[in-house]
Amino acid sequence: MAGLAASFGSGAMTNDIAGIKKADVIMIIGSDTGAAHPVIAARIKQAVREGLTKLIVIDPKRITMADYAEIYVAQRPGSDVAIFNCLMQVILQNGWEDKEFIENRLEKFDELKNEVMKEKYSPANVEKISGIPAAKLVEIAEMFAKAETAAIFYAMGITQHTTGRDNVMSTANLQMICGNLGKAGGGVNPLRGQSNVQGACDMGGLPNVFAGYQSVTDEKARQKFEQAWNCELSGKVGLTVVDMLDKAYEGSLKALYVMGENPYLSDPDQHHVIAALEKIDFLVVQDMFMTETAEFADVVLPAVAYAEKDGHFTNTERRVQRIRKALNPPGEAKEDWEIIQMIANKMGSDWSYRDARDICREVNELTPQYGGITWERVGRTGLQWPCPTDTHPGTAYLHKDRFSRGLGMLRGIEFIEPDELPDEEYPLILTTGRVLQQFHTGTMTRKTSGINRLAGPMVMISVDDAESLGIANSETIKIATRRGEITAPAFVTRKISTGVIYIPFHYKESPANRLTNPALDPVAKIPEYKVCAARITKIS
Amino acid sequence: MKFYRMTVLIGIDDQSLKAGAREIEALLNQELNRSQLTDEVNVLEAGSLGFFGTGVTLMVYPGQVTYVNVKLEDIPEIVEEHFLKGRQVSRLTMKPSLTRGYDFNYRRRIVLDNSGLINPEDIEEYIGTGGYEAWEKALLEMKPGEIVEEVKQSGLRGRGGAGFPTGLKWSFTAPLEADQKYFVINADEGEPGTFKDRLIMEGDPHKLLEGLMISCYAVGATKAYIYIRGEYSLCIERLRQAIEQAHEYGLLGKNIFDSGFNLDIEIKVGAGAYVCGEETALIESMEGKRGQPRSKPPFPGVKGAWQKPTVVNNVETIANIPAILRNGAEWFQGFGTDKCTGTKVYTILGDVMMPGLCEVDMGTTLRTIIEQYGGGVKNNRKFKAALVGGAAGVFLPNSLLDVKMDYNNLREYSAVLGSGAILVMNEDADMVDMLWSVIRFFRHESCGKCTPCAKGNELLFEIINEVRQGRGREEDLQEMVRISEAMQQTSFCALGQSLLMPIKSAVDNFRQDFLKRMK
Amino acid sequence: MKIIINGQEIEASPGETVLNAALRSGIYIPHLCYHPRTGPAAKCRACVVEVEGTPGLPTSCNLPVREGMVVSTDTEKVKNAQRVVVDLALSSGRHDCLSCEQNGNCELQDAAYYLGIERPSFHFEQERYPIDDSSEFVYVERDKCISCGRCVVGCNQNVVNEVLNFANRGFETKIVFDNDLKMGTSTCVQCGECVQLCPVGAIIDKNARGVARNWELDKVETVCPYCGVGCQLVLHVDRRKNKIIRITGVEDSPTNSGMLCVKGRYAFDFVGSSERLTTPLIKENGKFREADWEEAIALIADKFRLIRDEFGSDALAGLASAKVTNEENYVFQKFMRREVGTNNVDHCARL
Repeated sequence: MAGLAASFGSGAMTNDIAGIKKADVIMIIGSDTGAAHPVIAARIKQAVREGLTKLIVIDPKRITMADYAEIYVAQRPGSDVAIFNCLMQVILQNGWEDKEFIENRLEKFDELKNEVMKEKYSPANVEKISGIPAAKLVEIAEMFAKAETAAIFYAMGITQHTTGRDNVMSTANLQMICGNLGKAGGGVNPLRGQSNVQGACDMGGLPNVFAGYQSVTDEKARQKFEQAWNCELSGKVGLTVVDMLDKAYEGSLKALYVMGENPYLSDPDQHHVIAALEKIDFLVVQDMFMTETAEFADVVLPAVAYAEKDGHFTNTERRVQRIRKALNPPGEAKEDWEIIQMIANKMGSDWSYRDARDICREVNELTPQYGGITWERVGRTGLQWPCPTDTHPGTAYLHKDRFSRGLGMLRGIEFIEPDELPDEEYPLILTTGRVLQQFHTGTMTRKTSGINRLAGPMVMISVDDAESLGIANSETIKIATRRGEITAPAFVTRKISTGVIYIPFHYKESPANRLTNPALDPVAKIPEYKVCAARITKIS
Repeated sequence: MKFYRMTVLIGIDDQSLKAGAREIEALLNQELNRSQLTDEVNVLEAGSLGFFGTGVTLMVYPGQVTYVNVKLEDIPEIVEEHFLKGRQVSRLTMKPSLTRGYDFNYRRRIVLDNSGLINPEDIEEYIGTGGYEAWEKALLEMKPGEIVEEVKQSGLRGRGGAGFPTGLKWSFTAPLEADQKYFVINADEGEPGTFKDRLIMEGDPHKLLEGLMISCYAVGATKAYIYIRGEYSLCIERLRQAIEQAHEYGLLGKNIFDSGFNLDIEIKVGAGAYVCGEETALIESMEGKRGQPRSKPPFPGVKGAWQKPTVVNNVETIANIPAILRNGAEWFQGFGTDKCTGTKVYTILGDVMMPGLCEVDMGTTLRTIIEQYGGGVKNNRKFKAALVGGAAGVFLPNSLLDVKMDYNNLREYSAVLGSGAILVMNEDADMVDMLWSVIRFFRHESCGKCTPCAKGNELLFEIINEVRQGRGREEDLQEMVRISEAMQQTSFCALGQSLLMPIKSAVDNFRQDFLKRMK
Repeated sequence: MKIIINGQEIEASPGETVLNAALRSGIYIPHLCYHPRTGPAAKCRACVVEVEGTPGLPTSCNLPVREGMVVSTDTEKVKNAQRVVVDLALSSGRHDCLSCEQNGNCELQDAAYYLGIERPSFHFEQERYPIDDSSEFVYVERDKCISCGRCVVGCNQNVVNEVLNFANRGFETKIVFDNDLKMGTSTCVQCGECVQLCPVGAIIDKNARGVARNWELDKVETVCPYCGVGCQLVLHVDRRKNKIIRITGVEDSPTNSGMLCVKGRYAFDFVGSSERLTTPLIKENGKFREADWEEAIALIADKFRLIRDEFGSDALAGLASAKVTNEENYVFQKFMRREVGTNNVDHCARL
């Protein structure tokens, strides 16, 4: 998000789902789309099978989308910036860039050019860095750049690195010099991993912005909210999740209020998380279930499920859609807003929302992108923000005639290795992710027994690595990193490169995040889940 | 050039190969050698000689003496008696009663004129008969539009069964702009009792190729396929060889005769499903999908194989093309009737003296075909019925023996010419059994795509089974007609629409046979 | 353009099919294989009509409208033909409406009702297919299959999982998974697209079998709680039991066009799980005890106030959620910023 905001001035998926069929070429990198976003995967597969789109897949695992790809290559995890710089070098060398777009819509082209034309990003060198054959890199560059319209789709495989922001800006660089922004079917398209991540960001669930990405450090924005809310507001950027846990561990953070999250399983370096949670003076967890995190709480509050309330979710293509109440909540469980209002008023405030609709009205007033996305207008098909007024039809794709920040900003980005590389002690690269059947920390999916029978814990390892260690398929093995160790059954497969292992992070009995590296991207504050050094050993 | 005193044609086709034709040919050459006759007697391989059920067949010129069911042990005797001493081995010749009246008039043949006379595996022999002249003429002297016009003028109609005017079909595709057009020969010949296309391909493969080349040029197709059923192994072998030879002679490939025209012909082997004779199902199958018909429109002529304009024509249809180009449309109109010009190749089977092929003018009566070319009903039995047009045909009774056989005329009797199969039944035949086997055939061949065909054929089969086993009721006959009529109205393709005619003609014309089973 | 169906003048748009124009105008034509998401297949042949000046009975699902076209859907000829077709489908297989999951929601039943077919009139001798219940979430009863092919198109052209196909021919035609594997051992990912498209009771939700009749369920449209695609769902809810019985995709949704994945369609047990929290809990001596809202809220408000006053607002932090609504997230950040006075708000967008 931070990366795209820097390049364009806005950090959401630039294009829409319907645009998939308008792309001549689609590149999927760092997204197991078939597992994590199956219905968008279906749309892409349709486009491929209908002969509308050619697909390029770059992923260390041979994901299902590779079966539909014209070109599939596996990169060494953490080498993405080098790959993008190389693609851009090939494109510029051959004059395949969109010169008009660069001239009219972008700035700092020379800075970019100076970086990517360096010898270290030549296909031959990047073959050494990434493991992708030089000829394939050239082939990808040509197919991608020569397409009338090309789109990039990515997910956490791009962002969850210490260089996550660099990776994201690299995707933006490539799309900008190819002129693939501001038109149907193109774009930089980060696929959001949870039903309402987009909405949580849009609504100001971030330490640096109010709802609508209005910065807390911006005097005018602050005044606007102070006036509307009739209060004084802090102008100091707050803590991110990982910072919060660090501060809790250090002892300076005394209380934590957690609504519907499970950092115990979702955050990196589980031992550290546990120690932090134990240290917090007062922990409140508001959830549907007694989650692993809730076990540490001082007070646990019963919240309702999506089917038990009204409101809106905003999806990955910025489409605000209605959720509708279908069931009564169990016992005394309450909607989150109602609980928050109760606490606020108990603390002496004067809140008086009657229902979600009242809140929606306030959102419309204070969030420019949501100005026209009223309760009444959302209807059955939803509306895509920005939609500033009551008569605005919504926006299918961003940056049509100008970027949010005016000109699109190119950045020369230097390739930096991941924080932790394999060594003699930990010779393998561990990367994490999702499987089709389970979701996030499993709080919801694992309550359906059929789902668990379909997908249990596992560690994916290459046939070569399995053979050299004498590991059989389904054999439970030990996986260790500098942070800790877990056990999981081995899934021996040719779908993963030699030297790389992959563990889905859904399972509390084999928690991948006991192993992961909490090193953060310095700006985006995202942990490096996709690369750390690991070792596997047989048990017995 | 060498002159021989005698020429022996040995028919090489599927049936003769199974009967040991190659071994017999080898022995024949060996015996001739031993008798020092190799300079006097010339042995030539030919395609089928046009007879059926006659094993290995030799035809000796002069005199057109025909030996049938020849075995290895007969060879020394034939060489000794006939070739050396000039005495026919009468115990082996086709019985005079059979050949009496048999018309070996090759001049009235267009499609089979070379079959049985030339060696189909040698392109030189085809060229010797004037072969590939038409191709050269077409490519160098004619515009594609002129060819389409000539074929239109000739009145040639599709010989696959439907009788659609060939020139008209081409005229839909010829003017279309497309980066690729295809021409497909339907050599799937799945109609029961029909093997005319097989014998055309076995006996004169170059004729089909030449016709195909001209057709491709006429419609602008640069890639052609011959879709042929896998059982036709000899055809496949001979066509492959013929295509290879044509390439060697510069008749196929890039920039043929420096005309700038490119053409490739490829053989696609089918799995022998009846429905793949339907052109859209054939195309699906060719594309590697399940052989099932497509919705029309779009017609294949506009969107066919791989969504490109595609003309599909039957083997026999295209085998007429070289002659039409060589001799002109007017010459072709000299054959057949006003509405249906040219000749038709029939397969005569069943209770006749001489089952086999014949090529006769359109409009020849059923009686003539059965009596003159089929040698009449076998064993002095009386004629009862003929199933004309294949399994999807009509049981014609005695009273219609003098019907002139062509597309238009038969329609007046609610009958069809179809593939030209004629299955003759004598008075001992039981129409319940006959109809049972026809229905069983359709039940077996339904592709399963549409409800009326998939389910209806099964239902009809179950009803006729009941009738056949004596458990039927008279109402069942009406029910069969009602169901097959609904199938005719609602089925996706011709396969499901087919049973109405055989059922109705059997039930109407031979009702007694059915009632007998109901006592 | 205008066309006439059964004497009624109907406004139609170019490219539209006769079936579409008719259905849109409230004129029912029996159809089994056509579905808006799988397109016209002209396979079931139940939708035949008569068109003036056109021989035979064309199928209306793939018949484009033409200006001034005169169509009849209810003549004896048309109905007789339709009746045979639908009767054939109804008579073959085992369509036991009484116990069928699809009863009241079955397109074969609708067609039979329209045509006045009281009971199947043809007798077929046939062996039964074994039930395939090997999949976790999908139940396949081939005896109820009418080979309409919607599931095959859905699997291959909509979700493009390319698992389902037809095998065999003619009367023996059947749907198969991969090379005729059991569904549970095939490469099927159980997205349930086939279930949603099946017009009869041949492919159904396994866990919803025998649980509720279709007409007893309320249908509520909402959005999937899992990934960020935002697929629209229909919750089929038993109000009396306060329970989700099954989930389908919203057919005309711009995000998913009816498609869902295995999670969205089948992983809903958590909503009605007995592990759900039902009362506030307060930890005392390392153990949770139940509390009422009043007590819990008071405790939280006190503690937050105390910590804020003693250590400053930034000693508190809050995690919003990527799983709750916009309204709730908005209120949460407002609470942290306005009531607590800190910008220490984040959620797991990055995780």
